[in-house]
Amino acid sequence: MSAEVIDKSLETFVLNLGPQHPATHGVLRVKLTMDGEYIVHAEPVLGYIHRMHEKMGENRTWAQFMPNTGRLDYLAALSYNHGYAMAAERAEGIEVPERAEYIRCITVEMNRIASHLLWFGAFVLDLGGFTPLLYAFDDREQILDLLESVTGARLTFCYFRFGGVYNDIDDNFITGCREFIKRLRSRMPMYHDLVTKNIILIKRLKDIGPISQDMCRRYGATGPVLRGSGVNFDVRKHEPYSVYPEFDFDIPVYTECDSMARYMVRMDEMEQSMRIVEQGLNKLPEGPVMAAKAPKILKPAKGDYYCAVEAARGSFGIRLVSDGTNTPYRLKLRSPTFSNLSLFSEACQGMLLPDALALMGTLDLVIPEIDR
Amino acid sequence: MAEMGLAEIKQALSGLAVTDEIEVVKTIPAPPPAEGEEPGKPVEVKEKIQQTMLFTPDYAKKGYHLDVKVTPEDVVTAARILIGQEFFLEAITGVDWIKEGQIEVVYDFNLWQKLCRVVIRTRTDRAKPEVPTISDIYSGANWHERETHDFFGVVFTGHPDLSPLLLPEDADFHPLLKDFKA
Repeated sequence: MSAEVIDKSLETFVLNLGPQHPATHGVLRVKLTMDGEYIVHAEPVLGYIHRMHEKMGENRTWAQFMPNTGRLDYLAALSYNHGYAMAAERAEGIEVPERAEYIRCITVEMNRIASHLLWFGAFVLDLGGFTPLLYAFDDREQILDLLESVTGARLTFCYFRFGGVYNDIDDNFITGCREFIKRLRSRMPMYHDLVTKNIILIKRLKDIGPISQDMCRRYGATGPVLRGSGVNFDVRKHEPYSVYPEFDFDIPVYTECDSMARYMVRMDEMEQSMRIVEQGLNKLPEGPVMAAKAPKILKPAKGDYYCAVEAARGSFGIRLVSDGTNTPYRLKLRSPTFSNLSLFSEACQGMLLPDALALMGTLDLVIPEIDR
Repeated sequence: MAEMGLAEIKQALSGLAVTDEIEVVKTIPAPPPAEGEEPGKPVEVKEKIQQTMLFTPDYAKKGYHLDVKVTPEDVVTAARILIGQEFFLEAITGVDWIKEGQIEVVYDFNLWQKLCRVVIRTRTDRAKPEVPTISDIYSGANWHERETHDFFGVVFTGHPDLSPLLLPEDADFHPLLKDFKA
């Protein structure tokens, strides 16, 4: 017979998840107060890989900060390149040639697919399925090879310049992209058969980990997390930039608000990104990839500027404050996963620990981007 | 309620905007030249005028639609108005205006239904920076305010826990202040 509980608070214990735990995908620590297998309170502890990129921005010229933007979210770095390049171009008033804009969209979308593939593999791995990771990495490797051939880097890209891109794409890249799309299209049904329709996965995700629209609003969640809660919000459509208005693509939205919905959003987004790449390659105009009159040294007019792009994880925003000199006065990086993770504490209350890990997986965390 | 346009939200926030003295550059055209004289050049003079700090800037250039400067106390009122109109919080950050002895705290809000980015900004004394918290209205502000406290030392009064978020747990420095030396 168990004794009567005198002090309820003594029945809970603290469990440290991380900072070196495979499920947190980086150095994130979550201090969990547990009641048996159930979470009473969760407190994410950040900052293990904080590098103060924003201060670095104040200490170098506008162009010198570009490599930093590739080191925030190392899984989809091109979106961050894009956001920063665009913010500075708008402030300075630089026109980007059309071909460069197309190349930007194509490479960013390829990068998005690579990021989602990695998420897919790693997420299923979190849930205990090892095999999909190997398949997903195999596919992702093809993208990295392609991007390496034009950008010279595999992860920490610094491909965009103020006024264009630094290297034109060649026929090998174009045929490579087409072949890759063919390949991934033929493999997606396999992923859905093996993983999406898998009863174990469905039981782990369906109706578990609810994130309501109200919670998304209060925490400022964006990206697939928000779209899994039935809100059609994608910066590419909401605040059209670059040549995205030229493309015909859909925004996958699921209204179930559970972990499964967020899983499905990302799986469908890969197909939509493939559509954008295909159209981009078909419509690719001839011409230069760098603006002829792009200034070497930027000195944007005094004032502040905001610019947002849709990164793989949500709305990435840059707030620039210029004092008219050749270095930014203030450079704020609004990282989407910072806001997305902040709702974890509220969302996982009362959940079983393994379910909370599945929920955390659907947030698609990249720690260097949260900590900056 | 969510169908509110820019004009209405501007109206709702206009009562909160502060009036500031700002410097503008005015161009005075040269007087018509007398006969036989060269026409003079227009003169540029700096002038101080009183201005209500509520602007609708050029979106294509600035990236936002409405820019309102309020007093620190009114930030809470503005946040209440904005959450009532279903705005979500994009970010909170600071700017250190060391020459003016002030720290600016900037709030970016946006709307899902349509494109309308509203910037709320407030200034506080650099020696004793204090702004009331909005973390009870926007839960996500909790971390953004903690981050701003880390970097600038702004104290968000009423905030449940301002311990360092991104900096080490024993950090007593604020690296984004302009006079910070590592």
